[in-house]
Amino acid sequence: MATRTLEFTFDEMRVNMGPQHPSTHGVFRGVLVLEGEEIKDLIPHIGYLHRGVEKLAEHLSYVQDVPIMARNDYLGPVHNELVMAHAVEKLANIQVPERAQYLRVMASELHRIASHLVWTGTFLLDMGGALGGGSTMFLYLFQARESIMDLYEEWTGARFHPNLVQIGGVRFDLPAGFDRKVKEALQTVRNTVNEVREMVEGNPVFEQRTRGVGVLSPELAQSIGCSGPVLRASGVAYDVRKAFPYDAYDKMDFEIVTATAGDVRARYEVRINEIFQAAHIVQQALEGLPEGPIGAKPPVKAPVAVKAPKGEVYFRVESARGELGAYLVSDGSHKPYRLKLRSPSFSNLQAIQHLVRGHKVADVVVILGSLDPVFGDVDR
Amino acid sequence: MKWLLVAFWSVVILSVALLIAAYMIWWERKFAGRMQRRIGPYWVGYPHGWLQSIADAIKILRKEDIIPKNADKWVYNIAPFLFMVPPMFLFAVFPFSKTWVVADLNVGLLYVLAVSSLGVFGVMMAGWGSHNKYALLSAMRYVSQMISYEVPLVLSALVPVVLTGSMNLGAITNAQKGLWFALWPVVGWVAFVVFLLATLAEGNRAPFDIPEAESELIGGFAVEYSGWKFAMFYVGEYVHLLAVSILASVLFLGGWRGPLLPPLLWLFIKTVFMYSVLLWIRWSFVRLRVDQLMVFNWKVLVPVSVVDLLLAALWVVLR
Repeated sequence: MATRTLEFTFDEMRVNMGPQHPSTHGVFRGVLVLEGEEIKDLIPHIGYLHRGVEKLAEHLSYVQDVPIMARNDYLGPVHNELVMAHAVEKLANIQVPERAQYLRVMASELHRIASHLVWTGTFLLDMGGALGGGSTMFLYLFQARESIMDLYEEWTGARFHPNLVQIGGVRFDLPAGFDRKVKEALQTVRNTVNEVREMVEGNPVFEQRTRGVGVLSPELAQSIGCSGPVLRASGVAYDVRKAFPYDAYDKMDFEIVTATAGDVRARYEVRINEIFQAAHIVQQALEGLPEGPIGAKPPVKAPVAVKAPKGEVYFRVESARGELGAYLVSDGSHKPYRLKLRSPSFSNLQAIQHLVRGHKVADVVVILGSLDPVFGDVDR
Repeated sequence: MKWLLVAFWSVVILSVALLIAAYMIWWERKFAGRMQRRIGPYWVGYPHGWLQSIADAIKILRKEDIIPKNADKWVYNIAPFLFMVPPMFLFAVFPFSKTWVVADLNVGLLYVLAVSSLGVFGVMMAGWGSHNKYALLSAMRYVSQMISYEVPLVLSALVPVVLTGSMNLGAITNAQKGLWFALWPVVGWVAFVVFLLATLAEGNRAPFDIPEAESELIGGFAVEYSGWKFAMFYVGEYVHLLAVSILASVLFLGGWRGPLLPPLLWLFIKTVFMYSVLLWIRWSFVRLRVDQLMVFNWKVLVPVSVVDLLLAALWVVLR
């Protein structure tokens, strides 16, 4: 008996997701090619937040460039300040005092914690929605982040963009009795994260939404140039802090957190564990903090104060999102001749196209969230 | 003059239901606020922002009513009515006390289930009429979800019917004179839990709120609506929730029955309790995906409720 097969043909539907969509973490626009609920393709469009920072940097002096960079990745401003300051220091061969190195490590790890807390919150928000369980955990995590913002406020006077790093050191020394407050804040963070872990991990809804979704193979991750938690979740143990140590990272005792599955759940796990590792590093930096100068006193403020010799340099730091690099060309003046930033968000975001194919509409926001792009950093 | 009396009570009950719906919104915001270490609405009305819902209603009614250029206007305009009105019909058959019932139908439960599923038409029309892809996707999700979850809802609601031997809601309440159906070992427990979950899905609440899914579909079928039409969708959702909370109290928690306090107060307490349980679940869980939702329904809820119904029938036969 001849079997008769029914053949269905679908019309593809194109849905414009963004740039005003609530869960695109800023201004990402993706054109979804859908067959019913299933995604055939996603065409990403970026550039809605392009500010021309790299060009702007050519018109400002090195001293002025450092705080400007912090506006790129606004969830981890200190990392951006660091990469710019380090590039100039390497080129001009400026030595950073040891106490300043420790303070830089402490500041960047505090911002890593803050950034990962925001990520975990928004990720759960993407999954649970502003009118559901996601928002509950989002608010818990933001309250924990608030304790770190308070630390920065006391330390530098600013909550969000601390403007802490200056070329040749840091701008502010620790206020009196700060270590006790740091320990309290870290305890708050640990407690909140453990509470959230208890709420979501093992919850069948959460596990079903994350396991096996958006699997990124290590080969693809490396060929795209992913870095940071996205790469480490695919099982590649690459961390700039270990591979190319800067500041006092070579004196710190910490592990590279990795996971093997490469799915959304693995990325969640890596970031959660990195929060604990970062808290561990902050405590070490606080305990091992040497006495001494923290940089030029009074702070370098005159735009022409720092000049770099002719030459070019590439420097990289590990931001909360991955390898953040700055390629700097100098013509011997007090301004950069050319600056190119290698932003981890941009490289990681390229994976989205490969990851969403074959998944459902609801998975797009989860996968996009799991890559943790910050669009100030993507578009620069 | 019986019809005049019925009309009078209908108006009274509908007005009260709308007022209660407004305060359910307030209660939800307070409840969610406390769960999230916030205080919720506070400043409009002393104490604890009790006028907030009223202020919101006035604000939303004064908003501009926008009809998209390419919308199917007739369908678009009629959809909010079709969504809001069916849940209001339900209040006709609920027994608020021994004698307080507007229409004492013999097939009360059948009527409730039939009318409550009419809301699907409003959503489908809203999704189609808006001429918006997000709205259309959401409406398709809503329809498939409603039709699927109707099955366990009906099967679990049939357990009290089998145990009572009547579809009259008053008779079901009376049958729980001794023990509430929710407390009956195994049969009652399972039916109650399945009913609760199916209610969450029918009421379009997290973790089953995929038609609304504001992180993917930005609010779903009502995305193009504004002003009083959006208010109708919003209020319709809460009237529906109020209706199913009352229904759950009647079917499983003994309705107006209870010692000392007046019957109406007992029903009110049980309804608020049921509603708070729904809120508690909503504000703790993340959302399921559309395919996982269907798998959960057809592979877990439906078999469990079928077996439970059979057990109930067996118990009645062997008694």
